[in-house]
Amino acid sequence: MSTDRSQILNGIRRSLRRGELAGDGLKDVQSRLAQPPRGPAVARAQVAPADKVALFCQWAEFNNATVARVGAADVPDEVTAFLARNNLPANVAMAPSPLLEGYDWSSQKMLSIRRGRGEGSDQVSITGAFAGIAETGTLVMASGPDHPVSLNLLPDTHVVVLRETDIVGGYEDVWVRLRERYGKDRMPRTVNTITGPSRTGDIEQTIELGAHGPRRMHILVVRE
Amino acid sequence: MQSTAHAFKDNVGTALADPNLQDSLSKLKVGFSERRRQAAERLPEFEALRDRARDIKNHTLANLDFYLEEFERKVIALGGHVHWAPTAADARRIIADLCRSVGARTVAKSKSMVAEEIALNEHLEELGIAPIETDLGEYIIQLRHEPPSHIIAPAVHLTKDQVADTFLEHHRKLGFDKRLTERNDLVAEARYVLRQKFLDADVGLTGANFLVAETGSSMLVTNEGNADLSNTLPKMHIVLASIEKVIPTLEDAAVLLRVLARSATGQESSAYTTLNTGPKRPGDLDGPEQYHVVLLDNGRSGVLGTEMQEILRCIRCGACMNHCPVYGAVGGHAYGWVYPGPMGAVLTPQLVGVEEASNLPNASTFCGRCESVCPVRIPLPKLMRHWREREFERHLTPRAVRQGLALWSFVARRPGLYRSLTAIANRVLSLFGRADGRYRSLPLAGGWTRFRDFPAPPAGGTFHTQWKAARKRP
Amino acid sequence: MVAGVSNSSGNHRSPPRRVALFVTCLVDLFRPAVGFAAIKLLEEAGCTVEVPPLQVCCGQPAYNTGDRATTRAIAIQVMDAFEGYDAVVAPSGSCGGMLSHHYPALFDDQPALKARAENLAGRSHELISFLVDVLGIKKIATQYDGTVTYHDSCSGLRELGVKEQPRQLLGSVKGLELREMKTPEVCCGFGGTFCVKYPEISNAMVGEKSADIAATGADTLLAGDLGCLMNMAGKLQREGSAVRVRHVAEVLAGMGDLPAIGEPETGAR
Repeated sequence: MSTDRSQILNGIRRSLRRGELAGDGLKDVQSRLAQPPRGPAVARAQVAPADKVALFCQWAEFNNATVARVGAADVPDEVTAFLARNNLPANVAMAPSPLLEGYDWSSQKMLSIRRGRGEGSDQVSITGAFAGIAETGTLVMASGPDHPVSLNLLPDTHVVVLRETDIVGGYEDVWVRLRERYGKDRMPRTVNTITGPSRTGDIEQTIELGAHGPRRMHILVVRE
Repeated sequence: MQSTAHAFKDNVGTALADPNLQDSLSKLKVGFSERRRQAAERLPEFEALRDRARDIKNHTLANLDFYLEEFERKVIALGGHVHWAPTAADARRIIADLCRSVGARTVAKSKSMVAEEIALNEHLEELGIAPIETDLGEYIIQLRHEPPSHIIAPAVHLTKDQVADTFLEHHRKLGFDKRLTERNDLVAEARYVLRQKFLDADVGLTGANFLVAETGSSMLVTNEGNADLSNTLPKMHIVLASIEKVIPTLEDAAVLLRVLARSATGQESSAYTTLNTGPKRPGDLDGPEQYHVVLLDNGRSGVLGTEMQEILRCIRCGACMNHCPVYGAVGGHAYGWVYPGPMGAVLTPQLVGVEEASNLPNASTFCGRCESVCPVRIPLPKLMRHWREREFERHLTPRAVRQGLALWSFVARRPGLYRSLTAIANRVLSLFGRADGRYRSLPLAGGWTRFRDFPAPPAGGTFHTQWKAARKRP
Repeated sequence: MVAGVSNSSGNHRSPPRRVALFVTCLVDLFRPAVGFAAIKLLEEAGCTVEVPPLQVCCGQPAYNTGDRATTRAIAIQVMDAFEGYDAVVAPSGSCGGMLSHHYPALFDDQPALKARAENLAGRSHELISFLVDVLGIKKIATQYDGTVTYHDSCSGLRELGVKEQPRQLLGSVKGLELREMKTPEVCCGFGGTFCVKYPEISNAMVGEKSADIAATGADTLLAGDLGCLMNMAGKLQREGSAVRVRHVAEVLAGMGDLPAIGEPETGAR
């Protein structure tokens, strides 16, 4: 209701002892929005480009993901080998993304691939990632036709293909990339930042993996 | 939920006599604080980030109207809807209407303290709409018909065996007739049961850790992934958030996220941090068709500009309760309402009334451990003291306390009288206690001597008596 | 009034000489030895110590009950009593913190009184941090034969940063072995009137503290605040513990042979 809206907004202004923002006050907040100031620099996020990949891998593993560093040509082989190593079925749900289609899956005779969104019964999904954050070993997934969100969440095992060139230092670097890609005012429907497998500590404060999302996360970090 | 904050003292008795609760609390006291300490040590900039986090929230609160309108504008631009709810009743009505507009029979809920605050579940149930809590802890306590006892670990008061019994009782009808003994089996069973409920739900309802004005996004931080299933699978996503959750930009979010997870669980980052912006886009293969944000005031706008304003910085990490020795002794249910621990002791009197919750800001030693770990540096002891001042001004302080204080104050403001009376008290206590060195009981000190001996002063008089005598000697 | 000679930083040129002891009401009434120990330590450090006769209490009972008017009146009384001294020293972090951290905010609407409160705040110190941080004392030549554990009282620790100072001085005492508790920084449950307003919670807290103390195997418990000490001593004695409880100043002043808190005077242990 518009009266509810003005009731709240006017209540705020009354408490702040001012009217609607105007003049310099308004300009200040508008420019703060237009050029967002960054917080204190986190040294860990300012790492040299050469060290970003190693830092990303280190923190991803710290957060219970597994990581394999591979060349582009080896991506399909590594996926098949990972599934075999872990006794996982060779049926996967894959994001319909140009990145993933760029790999030669036809070489994997045993692998059965379904392209589309995630289903409740999926055991394994394969997706790309918009970026990786070295600071915490976090993956960034931007939703879209090439990346259904459900693939990040429903399967038991999530295999992620991340290019080394998409690894950035800190969160702020991801925001810059998102604005470049989607426009300052147009975020994708969902941006999932995911750090390791799903987990819960709700029973006796002891961490168990695989609460609702994947209990296993394997990241293929792909060399150029 | 119905407040039992007025019965705090009774609740305390129950809590202290509950061995399962005490067992859980003994784990909590060590675990959470140790993990937070380690996480803070791993990030050298942690203290600077806390300062910045405080400043960001202060800036936002000073311009709250602007950022809320900006947030609303962005949500609408991307096809979402914003609803303004001055009161809890308004929010319940708005959400119920939205659910009914899509003929919802079930709502998949991810943990929301604001939903607890407005007693949403009870309301939906009355309307024949089944709310399904999907956070594991919330699910467990929903089955047990209990309120949460902690803002980030709602079932922290329960043991594994209690969870096993609860699951056996409620899952038997679904074909699970074996009592489980392992944690991972309990988690797996809940995952299986809830998975189908996600797929069937008509509406997903989540809270929000932050609302980003710059992008019109709601930001959710979880570890289980249940919030993400709630905002992706059902055809309608409702975000319920209180007005102080808005922050200006994604850069600000980066600062707050860095202190939030470390303060809450000691993690470098929670497993899932999700930005939701509007409904499903053209070409998307999943996502909700409708995206609604309900902005709840419920008295918060009236806290702005008062001496209590700083509590609105709270980002609900739970560090204050994890480090509070009072919470550690009695757990969350004793506080009697939605928000326990130090932040609850400040917020609850605001939301349910100081008459109802008068014990909460009083049940503190002002040890200051909460303030020392608060990621946004809320001076919680100071705010609790402000409540005591308000109570005192309004004559809500118990009569015995007021009378005792008045008497003490009369004497304390007259140093001569004070000296004489303390000299007498000292002599009496010393004389009768000298043989044992202590009292096992004392008149008017039952609160002390019920549990402790009372040390007797040694012979020789008060310090001032002795000092004066020593000065007189040549 | 000698303004600016002493402040809370430790790098001033000449140490404050004329020191007023804020005895505190608990020490006055229940443990005068702590006051004499404080005087001994200060005099040995080269200070002239006076005990202003008009002092009573710092006002915490009123302050923590929400009675601002009484608190202000008592604060003014304290400011009058301690006018003109180079430094005001209390053998208590809680009372010291009241003077140095809470008084100024009581007078936000009265600039003249606020200035006086800030002046007092700048001159006020907790005893042990005054010895170490202001006077630069690094060791104490005394002896205490025993194993000791040290409880960090909350106000001293979190308002005044008293943590390493007592440990540093205790480390120099001959015969003394320090054994840390698992959580020396967790409140003992005293909290002034809290311990009688919420005795069950207070008891749970001090029970946990006594278990932590017992687990160290120390024979002596020390701390810098008499309220906490009486609370812990009372609990330990009710439990039949043999741990002796003393104010840290007593041990540092070489008065460790006095009967401990709650111990009978004639009782030869």
